[in-house]
Parts: sequence; structure tokens; C-alpha cells
Amino acid sequence: MTVLTRSGLPPLLRAVHGPPGRLYLRGAGDPALLADPAVAVVGARACSPYGAQVARMLGRELAAAGLVVVSGLARGIDGEAHRGALEADGHTVAVLGCGIDRDYPAAHASLARQIAERSLIVSEYEADIEPAPWRFPARNRIIAGLCAATIVVEARERSGALITADFALEEGREVFAVPGEITSALSAGTNALLRLGATPLTSTADVLESLGIELPQSVAVGSHPLLELLPASADELVRRSGLPANEVAAALTELELSGLAAEGEGVFRRCS
Amino acid sequence: MLARAITHALVGLEPRKVEVEAHLRGGAPSFAIVGLADRACQEAKERVASAIRSAELFWPDGRLIVNLAPAELRKEGSGFDVPIALALLAASGQVPHSRLAEHASIGELALDGRIRRVGGVLAVAEGARRAGLSEILCPSDACGEAALAGVEPIPVRHLADAARYLRGDLELEPYVPTNGVVRPTTSLDLAEVRGQERARRALELAAAGGHNLLLGGPPGTGKTMLARRLPGILPPLAEHEALEVTRIHSVAGLLDAEQPLIAEPPFRAPHHSASTAAIVGGGPRLRPGEASLAHNGVLLLDEFAEFQRPALEALRQPLEDGVISVARAAGNVRFPARFQLVGTMNLCACGARGDPNTQCTCSAQRLARYRDKLSRALLDRFDLVVAMPRPRAVELAGGPGEPSAVVRERVCAARERLRTGAPRRDEAADALLTRAVERLGLSGRGRARVARVARTIAALADSDAVGSEHVAEALSYRTPGELTT
Repeated sequence: MTVLTRSGLPPLLRAVHGPPGRLYLRGAGDPALLADPAVAVVGARACSPYGAQVARMLGRELAAAGLVVVSGLARGIDGEAHRGALEADGHTVAVLGCGIDRDYPAAHASLARQIAERSLIVSEYEADIEPAPWRFPARNRIIAGLCAATIVVEARERSGALITADFALEEGREVFAVPGEITSALSAGTNALLRLGATPLTSTADVLESLGIELPQSVAVGSHPLLELLPASADELVRRSGLPANEVAAALTELELSGLAAEGEGVFRRCS
Repeated sequence: MLARAITHALVGLEPRKVEVEAHLRGGAPSFAIVGLADRACQEAKERVASAIRSAELFWPDGRLIVNLAPAELRKEGSGFDVPIALALLAASGQVPHSRLAEHASIGELALDGRIRRVGGVLAVAEGARRAGLSEILCPSDACGEAALAGVEPIPVRHLADAARYLRGDLELEPYVPTNGVVRPTTSLDLAEVRGQERARRALELAAAGGHNLLLGGPPGTGKTMLARRLPGILPPLAEHEALEVTRIHSVAGLLDAEQPLIAEPPFRAPHHSASTAAIVGGGPRLRPGEASLAHNGVLLLDEFAEFQRPALEALRQPLEDGVISVARAAGNVRFPARFQLVGTMNLCACGARGDPNTQCTCSAQRLARYRDKLSRALLDRFDLVVAMPRPRAVELAGGPGEPSAVVRERVCAARERLRTGAPRRDEAADALLTRAVERLGLSGRGRARVARVARTIAALADSDAVGSEHVAEALSYRTPGELTT
């Protein structure tokens, strides 16, 4: 475990109003990683399958472009963003709202281990400090502080993710919001951000462009007639494509294995 | 005078021979039953005394002792009434000993002497056959099941008839089996299910391969409706399977008098408030549970996640071994329980997940708690997991689906194919499976499940080998990540 004092903090974090006095680090990653260009991906814990897939996709594509993906190790959006980055063999940093030795939530202990094997887990709290509701907003200021841009994937009206976005705005960092259905409570927070002037995120390229990063040579995008019909349930695909159920099922698995589509609660969506 | 009648007691499903000895001695009038008889068995005293008098037979004066041997075996239930009464009648010289010794007997007595049906007649009759007896005196409405054991049932309606028959004064018309009369099928037809092509396909695969099936989705999408139609597309039971099922249902007292043989796969759907003992069997009287009643058939657990956790975990043993052993201080009882498990569940506690028209209001913790109820070990037992989204109006307005009879024919053909020589994976299929294991992080058991389902798919397609398209389809029914993370 490493401890960074205020003078040792990465420049972006040191620049915020009220930076943490010290920062505890755990994991195999180089502490210099914190100074690399980073993007925060945050959002609701009880997210929808749509949100989960977007978070995973962003994590994967941002990490593949060489950015560090920062999030809060929470269930839902946070966890998916970390997983996406790990999938792309990229770097991801988890910021905890409790003691540096804790894996909170416990369900993400194995995810935390994977992150620590490659990158870093950080916290401003020393070992043995319990997670508490008032510590999470403070944690969010570190997430926003470490990053040049913050992406809110899904958020309810008074979500913790909006606190992260507020911190980012106060510090003059870029804030992106993923547009959602206007009738969905899970998108009320993100749509409100858009109304206030946040940049709508329509693809990973939007983020890369704003940070002045070259788009990586995109791999040949696979095409399949079924991809054009997504998002849809398998039954709708059967009806609209005219193929029998078994062929649709086999084709969807192939698309999933090539990373072009993913299923959530019976609905298949494109992954890029 | 001493007399003896033969019957059988049940330990689980196993008949054990019991000799009912009656001794009539001089002395002050009294009546005692000894030999580890339970309460229902002790109460036989009053029923037997009334029934003998009602039958206008003679109640002997003196000290009456009835011994149920072997004395160490617990005797339960009211099926001993008839053998006790007949032994008493023989002891007092009202029926001939020699005739009684040639017959097994079972039945409960009414106070007016009529003979009532009890559970387990099939198993008791099988015990009689093994004991070398060829005839059994049994309640007339239980003759059908006794005949299945291969002994000659003597239908007796009343104790007086039994006494006159044993004396040779009455010719009872022999039992004529009514088997062969086809019971009108009340089973539900798949044609009534509109849309849901993917779930229908999974149901067909479950039927063809005997796979366990989990259907998830918001309320009202037809999960239960579909699950209830599984028995209708299963092939009929083989003769020995039918007999096993009938024996279990006989012990539970669930047989139809007219048509005792259960030739179709049984279907059981216990409510989610069921206790562990109700599901796996046991309890003070060692009864078969729902899992055993579903032996060779289908066990539907509707609202799977609402069942008590211990009841669900208790199903792991039968899912693995096909047997439930209930341990008692007195010994072990084994109930067969090789059933096909079908579960249905919502995707979250409030039920709105997966429904585009409503919003899920579950908090992250509540969602996690709901999913934690299903242990990984249990989820691992489901070969096929299908999420059923709410169908669109156009699907509901469409024409009827394929009828059960057509699907059943395909299922029977696939079963035959799997039995005679299951198709094997070709190279492309192996490569795809390996790629999937790496990419999707399948466990060893998960891999074996996919391979099994792929074999069923190939058999349904009447293919000689399991191809990559079969493996690809099988992979689409694996347990989704959202249920395990």
C-alpha cells in the first residue's frame, strides 16, 4: 500500500477546491497511472440492462483508446464500467468511500481483486473505516477530480452520480450525459443534465474528440442482417426476420461471442 | 384359540410382511392390541368391535389379544382393521383358518362393517405376491391397483361378505380390469400459447432432452401457462416407469379407482409456501413429498424465488441422484425422485423488470437480495434458462401456435434418437464450445450443460452430428450473467 500526501497528488486532483489531505493506494498499478488522462463513468446502482450495456461498452472502448476508466466500484453502472475496461485489457481505477482495505460492496470483492491485479484502488480513508452515507459524496469529488471528463450513464433525479457531475462542472471539467427515454425514471437525472447544458454522448468518439485523442483504428465492424433490427427480443427477431427460433438463437450467440450484441432481460442490443 | 392373518406394513414405499395374530382366552372380557401400533392402529379396536357386530357376526367373549408381528416394526394407519377383524373371526371359529392363511388382506372398517379404501394398496399387494400369496382381500375400489401387482384381488365391500367368502358361502364376481379405457385427456394444449417462439422452443428442448428449465420474466407473459403445457408434449411412460409412479401415488392415496395405472408423466405444482418436508418427503409418517410424486414427470415450482431457501436447497440431492433419502433413528427410507424441474420467476422483487411498460422500483440492495435467494449451485442445475419479455399486441392477436400433438411427435422421435445413438460433436462445434468457454467464462458444469443441450438440439434436428449451429443455439439458453452477478 502506498500513501500520497497532498503534494504527491496527481495535478488534476491537486487543482480541485478542497483536495484530499492524503490518498491511500492499493494494487499493482504504478501510482503515476493517476496522472494519465482519465475519464469517469458513473451512474445508478439499480440500472437498466440498457445502462449496463452502455457502461460496459464505454469502459471497454475508452480503455482500448488508452484512457484510464475511473469509477466507484458500486453495483450497476460503476461495476460495468470497470468490467468493460478490464475486458479491453486497459487500466481502471476504483475510488472507495470507505477504508482502503475494504472491498465495498462485498459482492464486488472479486472485481476489486481483478482491478488491484492490474491497476489501482484508491481511497482518502485509512484502513478499517466503515462505509457511511456521507462519505460517498466526498468520494465522488475524488472521482471527478481525477478525470478530465465525467460521463453519467444513467441516474435518477437525486442520484449520487449527479453529485459527481456537479463537482466536475464546478471544476470546469467536461460532463457528458447518455440520453435515455424521457419516460424512464432512470434517465430523469441524465436528461436533466442535458437540459442544463451537458454534452450528449452518442458514441465513445464524442469523448475522445473532446479530449483531442485520435480515434483508434476501428476494427472491421461485423455486419449481420439481425444487427439492423436491434434492439429487440428474440421473439420479435423471429417475427421480423422470418427465420425460425433456433436459427435466430444460434445467430444471436455468434453475435454475442464476437462482441457485437449483448442480451439483458430478454432484449438484445448492439454493443458498439 | 389362536389365528393368524397376513398383511403388509409400509416403510416408505417398501412392504414388510406383518402377521396379525389373534388369541382368544378365557377370562374377564377385554381387548388389547400389541406390537408397536400407532394411534390410528390402536383405534382399530373400536372400529373392529363395531364392525363385527354390525356385520351380524359374533363378538367373542373372553380376553382378546391381537399381536402385530414383528413387534419391532412400527405399524401405522387404519389398513390393519380388516386383517385384525378376520384374525379375530378365525380365532373365534367363525371363518376357517386354512382359507384365511391363503389370503392377504388390507382395508379400513367403517362402524357399519363396510370396508374403506386406504393408501398404499399397490405396494401391499406387491408384498403379498413376494410372500407367495396369490390372492388379496381388498376394498372393492382399490382392486384396480392391487391387480397391477400381479395378484388376484378379491373385491369385498363389507366385512360380512369377507366372512361369507372365506367360509365358501359367497361367490364374489372376479375383478375385471378397466385398463385400456382411455381417460379423456384434460391436458392443456400448446396451441393456446401465442407468440413466445423462443420459450416454446426451449420447452420443446426440455421435453426432448429431459432438461430442467427456468423461465424468467415480468408477470403476465405466459411463464406458468407455458410450463403447465410441458406434460402434454412428453412421451408416455414405459411400463416399469408407470408402475413406479403408480406405487408412489398409491402410498400418497392419490390414485383414481377406475383407472389406477398412471401412464402419463405426472405433473406436480406445489405452492411456494410449501415446507421442506412437503417437497422432499418425510414428516412423522414418512410420506413421499412433491418431488417424489413428480417422479418420472414434471415438478413445477411457480414463483421459484419465493420458495423457502431450505426447501429449494433440499432439492439438490434428488436433482443429482434422482433419489431422496430420509434418515430416521429407525433407519433410512429412500423415495425415488427423478423429476424434471421447471421454475418460473420474476426478474426482480417488484416484478416490473423486463416489462417495457412499467418502471422497476427495486433498490440495488433489494434487487441483489432477490437474486441472492437463488444459490449458484441451484441455478447450475438448470440446463435451459429463458427470459420471456412481454409479448407485443401483434403476437397476441396472431393465430394459434403449433398444437401439442405435433410437438410431442417430434419430441418422441428425438428421444428415440438420443436413446439409440446420441449424435457427437464435430470439429467446428468443439472449437465454438472452447471459444465460448473462454469468452463467457463458463464453468466445467456449465460447459457440460451446453454440450448436453446441443446434443438434444441435434437430435431434434435429426442430425448425425452436433454441429456448431447446435452449440451456438445451446449457448443462448445459458444462465444469464444478470442472475449471477
